[in-house]
Amino acid sequence: MKLKKKQQAERSNATPAPAGLLGEAINRRTFLRNSGITAGGAALAFTGGPSMMKKATAASTSPQAGVETEVIRSVCTHCSVGCGVMAEVQNGVWTGQEPDFDSPINMGAHCAKGASVREHGHGERRLKYPMKLVAGKWTQVSWDEAMGDITDQMMKIREESSPDSVYWLGSAKFNNEQAYLFRKFAAMWGTNNVDHQARICHSTTVAGVANTWGYGAMTNSYNDMQNSKAMFFIGSNAAEAHPVAMQHILKAKENGSKLIVVDPRFTRTAAHADQYVQMRPGTDVPVIWGILWHVFENGWEDKEFIQQRVYGMDQIREEVAKWTPDEVERVSGIPEATLKQAAQTMAENRPGTIVWCMGGTQHTIGNNNTRAYCAMQLALGNMGVSGGGANIFRGHDNVQGATDMCILSHSLPGYFGLSDGAWKHWSGVWGLETDWVRSRFDLDSYEKVKDKDVPTINRPGMPVSRWIDGVLEDPENIAQKDNIRAMVLWGHAPNSQTRLPEMKVAMEKLDLLVVIDPYPTHTAILPDRQDGMYLLPACTQFETSGSVTASNRSLQWRHKVIEPLFESLPDHTIMAKFADKFGFKDQMFKNIAMNGEEPVIEDVTREFNKGMWTIGYTGQSPERIKEHMEHRATFNEVTLKAEGGPLDGEYYGLPWPCWGTPEMKHPGTPNLYDTSKSVADGGLNFRARFGVEHEGTNLLAEGSYSLGAEIEDGYPEFTADMLKQLGWWDDLTDDEKASAEGKNWKTDVSGGIQRVAIEHGCAPFGNAKARAVVWTFPDPVPIHREPLYTPRRDLVADYPTYEDRKSHYRLPTRYASIQADDYSKDYPLIHTSGRLVEYEGGGDESRSNPWLAELQQDMFVEINPADANNIAIKDEQMVWLEGPEGGKIKAKAMVTNRVGRGVVFTPFHFGGHYEGEDMLAKYPEGAAPYVRGDADNTTMTYGYDSVTQMQESKVSLCKITAV
Amino acid sequence: MARMKFLCDADRCIECNGCVTACKNEHEVPWGVNRRRVITLDDGQPGEKSISVACMHCSDAPCQAVCPVDCFYTTDDGIVLHDKNLCIGCGYCFYACPFGAPQYPQQSSFGARGKMDKCTFCAGGPEDDMSQAEYEQYGRNRIAEGTLPLCAEMCSTKALIAGDGDEVADIYRERVLRRGGRPQTWGWDTAYEG
Repeated sequence: MKLKKKQQAERSNATPAPAGLLGEAINRRTFLRNSGITAGGAALAFTGGPSMMKKATAASTSPQAGVETEVIRSVCTHCSVGCGVMAEVQNGVWTGQEPDFDSPINMGAHCAKGASVREHGHGERRLKYPMKLVAGKWTQVSWDEAMGDITDQMMKIREESSPDSVYWLGSAKFNNEQAYLFRKFAAMWGTNNVDHQARICHSTTVAGVANTWGYGAMTNSYNDMQNSKAMFFIGSNAAEAHPVAMQHILKAKENGSKLIVVDPRFTRTAAHADQYVQMRPGTDVPVIWGILWHVFENGWEDKEFIQQRVYGMDQIREEVAKWTPDEVERVSGIPEATLKQAAQTMAENRPGTIVWCMGGTQHTIGNNNTRAYCAMQLALGNMGVSGGGANIFRGHDNVQGATDMCILSHSLPGYFGLSDGAWKHWSGVWGLETDWVRSRFDLDSYEKVKDKDVPTINRPGMPVSRWIDGVLEDPENIAQKDNIRAMVLWGHAPNSQTRLPEMKVAMEKLDLLVVIDPYPTHTAILPDRQDGMYLLPACTQFETSGSVTASNRSLQWRHKVIEPLFESLPDHTIMAKFADKFGFKDQMFKNIAMNGEEPVIEDVTREFNKGMWTIGYTGQSPERIKEHMEHRATFNEVTLKAEGGPLDGEYYGLPWPCWGTPEMKHPGTPNLYDTSKSVADGGLNFRARFGVEHEGTNLLAEGSYSLGAEIEDGYPEFTADMLKQLGWWDDLTDDEKASAEGKNWKTDVSGGIQRVAIEHGCAPFGNAKARAVVWTFPDPVPIHREPLYTPRRDLVADYPTYEDRKSHYRLPTRYASIQADDYSKDYPLIHTSGRLVEYEGGGDESRSNPWLAELQQDMFVEINPADANNIAIKDEQMVWLEGPEGGKIKAKAMVTNRVGRGVVFTPFHFGGHYEGEDMLAKYPEGAAPYVRGDADNTTMTYGYDSVTQMQESKVSLCKITAV
Repeated sequence: MARMKFLCDADRCIECNGCVTACKNEHEVPWGVNRRRVITLDDGQPGEKSISVACMHCSDAPCQAVCPVDCFYTTDDGIVLHDKNLCIGCGYCFYACPFGAPQYPQQSSFGARGKMDKCTFCAGGPEDDMSQAEYEQYGRNRIAEGTLPLCAEMCSTKALIAGDGDEVADIYRERVLRRGGRPQTWGWDTAYEG
C-alpha cells in the first residue's frame, strides 16, 4: 500500500542533472573536481585588488545573485592537518566556502571546524577595536593611544628592571613569517622570555624525538599512513582532534591495516579500532615496555635494523626486562594477554606506525614517554620506511612552523640554540653586528653553568608553562634581574594552561597586561583589575597571507581572503608598530621591504630561507610554495609526489628538509630517514647529532646508508674540512668556497656544502645511529615515574618522581616535595583532559562561532557509572569538580562508560566562567563567546616535564560533589 | 533522470559534525534549526556507531502524504522540497517523518511554530533557481549550480555520500568489497576461530 497522494506535485523544478556525485576520493579526484567548482562556473583568481566593500558593511554575508565571485585558496586555521580551504568572495565579503577537492591533503574534506571557517569573515563576536581598561571598564581607544601607552610603560620597565621583565608570549596561530619575525623581535627587544603553545603541546616530543634520531617532527605524513599495515595510537584521539586525518587512517584500515588504540578513555577513535586497550593515565612507559617485553621475549625485534641503525638498545632491553606482564598489569591495569595481542599485531603487520599526541606528552615524564615510543619503533625496525614512522600529530595549524621558527625560550630559529655561534649565525643573516644584538640584552649573569657566569642572552628564558611563577616567585629565586612585570599574550588562550587560580593572582600582580588577539580571550575576564590592561585586535590568518607548515612538514601558502575586519591588523604589522616605537625598526626590517605599515611577507620568507639550514627551510621560496598551491591537483594522494605537470617529482609543500637553495630544486623529504631513496630524491638516514662515539661505542651507522650514497657506511656531519678530506672541495663554486670556508652544513649560507654533499648522495647532517639512550637527559633510559598527584600511593616508593630542582629555565621546579603528600584520600578520582571536535585550544574563537557553539553548549565532566553511583550523581546533574590545589569548577555530569572506574575526563576548551560564575559582564561589549563555561584548567595542578617544562595536564586528582 | 540519495557509511562516520556545520555555513541556517544531525548509538560503549541524518528524500514521502496544505513536491531528481509560502507550520510532517527531519524555527511570539524547514538536498525551493528570494527562504541551490550537497562534499572521511542513487551504490559497494577482503572480517580468523 503506497502512501503517495494521487495528485503529484506539478511544480517540480527543472533541475539539471548533476554533473557528478561525491564519493570516495581514491582514483576519483579528477572526477570529483569536474563535478565541483569548475562546473559552477566560478572564476578562479589569486590576485586582484579586493574591492573595499567590506568590514562592518558586511551586513549581508550571504552570496548575492549575479555578482562576480572570486575564489581564493587558503588553508584551514584550526588543526595541523592543513586542509585546503576554497573561499568565495564577492565585493570583498566572504560569501561562500567550497570543498577543495584538489588538495592532496584533505581532498575536499572538512571537520566541523574546517567547514565553518567562513564565519571568521563575519566575526560578530570579534574584538573590534583597541580597548583599554579604565577604572575597571573597557574603553575604546585608538591604535596610536594604545601603542603609545603600552610602549612607554614597557620602556620604563625595561629601564627599571631589565628587558627580561617583559614577557612576549607568541602563537602557533602565526604563519611562518610572523613566527620568525616574532622570535627576531624578541631578540631585538633583548630577551629570551619568549615562547608559545608548543611548550605545552609537543615540547616533550620535540626534545625526546630530536634527541633520539635528529629531528623532532612527525617523520612521515597523514597520507603515508595509507601504506601502514598497523597503526598504534597512544594518547591521540584523531577522530576529534585531527578528523580529516581519519580519512587516510580509515582507508588504511579498509585496506587491511590493524588499528590499535591505547587510551584511558574509549574515544571516538577507539570506536573504530580493531583493539582498544584501556590504561591508567600516566603509565605510558610501562605500557610500551610491556609491549616490548613480549617483542623481546619472542624475538620479534628487527635485529639487523638495530645492529645497523640503533645505539643503546641493550640498555632498553635491560629496563624492559623489569617490566614483566605482572608488573605491567600492577602499574597500568592492562592484563598480559591484551598487551601480548597488541605486540603480536605490531610484530606481524610491518611496517607499522605509531601516533601520539597530548595524552603522551603532557606529563612530568613526557620526555620519557616520547622516547619510549621511539624505542618501540626502533626495536620493530619501523623507522625510515613508508607506512612506518612516528606520526606525531601536532595540534595547531602552524604549531610545527612556529616551533621550527623557534618561538621558544631556548632557541633561535631552526633550533640553532642560544650559543654565541647561533647568535653570530643569525645576526649575519639579519645583516647586523652581533655586538649590537648582544647590547640589547641584560648581559649580567644570574646563574652559573659549570661554574662559569653566563649572560641572559645565552640562557633559556622562562617557558610559557611557568610565566606565572616568573611573576609570583621571590625574585631572589629566579635567574634574571627581576620578576616579570609586563605580559603580552599574543594569540594565546590562558585557559589552556594549568593552575588558573594562581594565574589570576599573577595577572593581577603585573604592571601591564596586553592581549593581542582576534578575540578578547579568557584573559580579558580572568583577573580583577582596574587598569593597566589592553586588548589589541589582531586579524585572523584569512585576513593576511603567508606560509603555514602542516604536521607532515609540508608548507602551504595562504592567500588573503578578505581585508582585515573592523580595526584589526595583521600580526606582523603590529610587530612593526612595536619595533618602530622601540626604535629598532630599521634593524629589524633591514632586508624586508615595507608596504605602508605592513612588512612584505614574501621578503620575510626569503630572509628565513637564508638562515634555516639546519632543518632545510631553505629551498621553499615563496614562489615555489605558491606554485605548489596552484598545481596541487597534480600530487598523488598517498605518496604526495607530483605525477607529471610542472612540478613532476616534487613532494607536496616541499616537506622539510628541502635542502639547499630554492634554485637547487630539492623536492622535499616526504618520509624522514628513508634510506630507500637518494637524498636528492627525498631520502635520508638518521642524523649524526650526538658525536661519532660515546664511551668508546660507535654512534655512526654501520653498513646502512641512503640510496646512492658514495660513502657506503656511517659518516659525521659535513663541514668544510670534511669536504676537503673527501676531495670534494673543488666541487664548490668559487663563491661557495668563499662562504663555506670554516663553516659547516648548518652555517654555510651559500648552501654549497649541502649541495655538494647531496651531489655525492650523502645527507648533509651525516649518517648515524638513532640513540635509544639519551645520556644527556635526567633519565637516559626512559623509566616510569608516578605522577605528582597519584592515587597509587603504593607505587610511589617503587617509582618516585624527581628531586626538586633549584633552577630549571630560570625557575625553581618542584617534584618530590609535592608527591610526598597524599591527596588521594580527599581527592580520590584521577582527572584527565582532552579535546572535542567542535572546539579548538582555549576555544575563544570556536565558541564565538555560532555554527560550532550550538553543538557543544555545556562544560561537562565524564564520569564512570560506578563512580557516579558511589557519590550519588545522576546523568546531566550539575556538579562541582575540585582539584587538590583548591581550584574548583562547575560542570554537567555525563555518566558514561567511556571512562574507566576512578577516572574522570573534562574538555579543556571552555572558558568565560570562573569557579561557577559567568563572567559575561567582564567582556568588552558584544565580544563574549556564545558559549561560556568553567575552564577545566582551573582545577589542573602543578607538574612540569624534567627536560622541557611541559605542563602536566593529563593526570591530576579531583573530587566531585553535587552542586 | 538521476534519483538523488544520501548514504552515510557508518564504518567511516566519526561524528565530527563537519556535515552539520557545512550545512549551517552554506545556508546560514539559524541557531536551533538543524537540517542535519549526527546520531551516535551506544555512545561510549564498544560497538559505538555514528550516522549522519537529514531528510532522506523518500520516494514515497510520508511528510508529503500527510501535509494538509500539500506544500511538498518531488523534483525530477527525486528531491523532496516544500513551499514555505504554503506551509502553515502545523507540524504534521514532523509526526509523519521517521527521521525527525522537519525543523521549526523559534519565532518571536511565544510558543509559535514557524514555517517548517528541512534539508533541501541543496536544491532550494520553488522560487527561481539561484534567486535572492530562493536563498533567503531555502538556502543555496547547489544542484542548480551543478554541484552536490555541501555536507557530503565536505565530509571529513567521505562517510556521507550524496548523488544519484546508482552511483552512490557503486561507491559503497566497492568499499564493502574492499572491507570484505579483510581477514579479520571473514577470513581464516572468523571461519576457524569464531
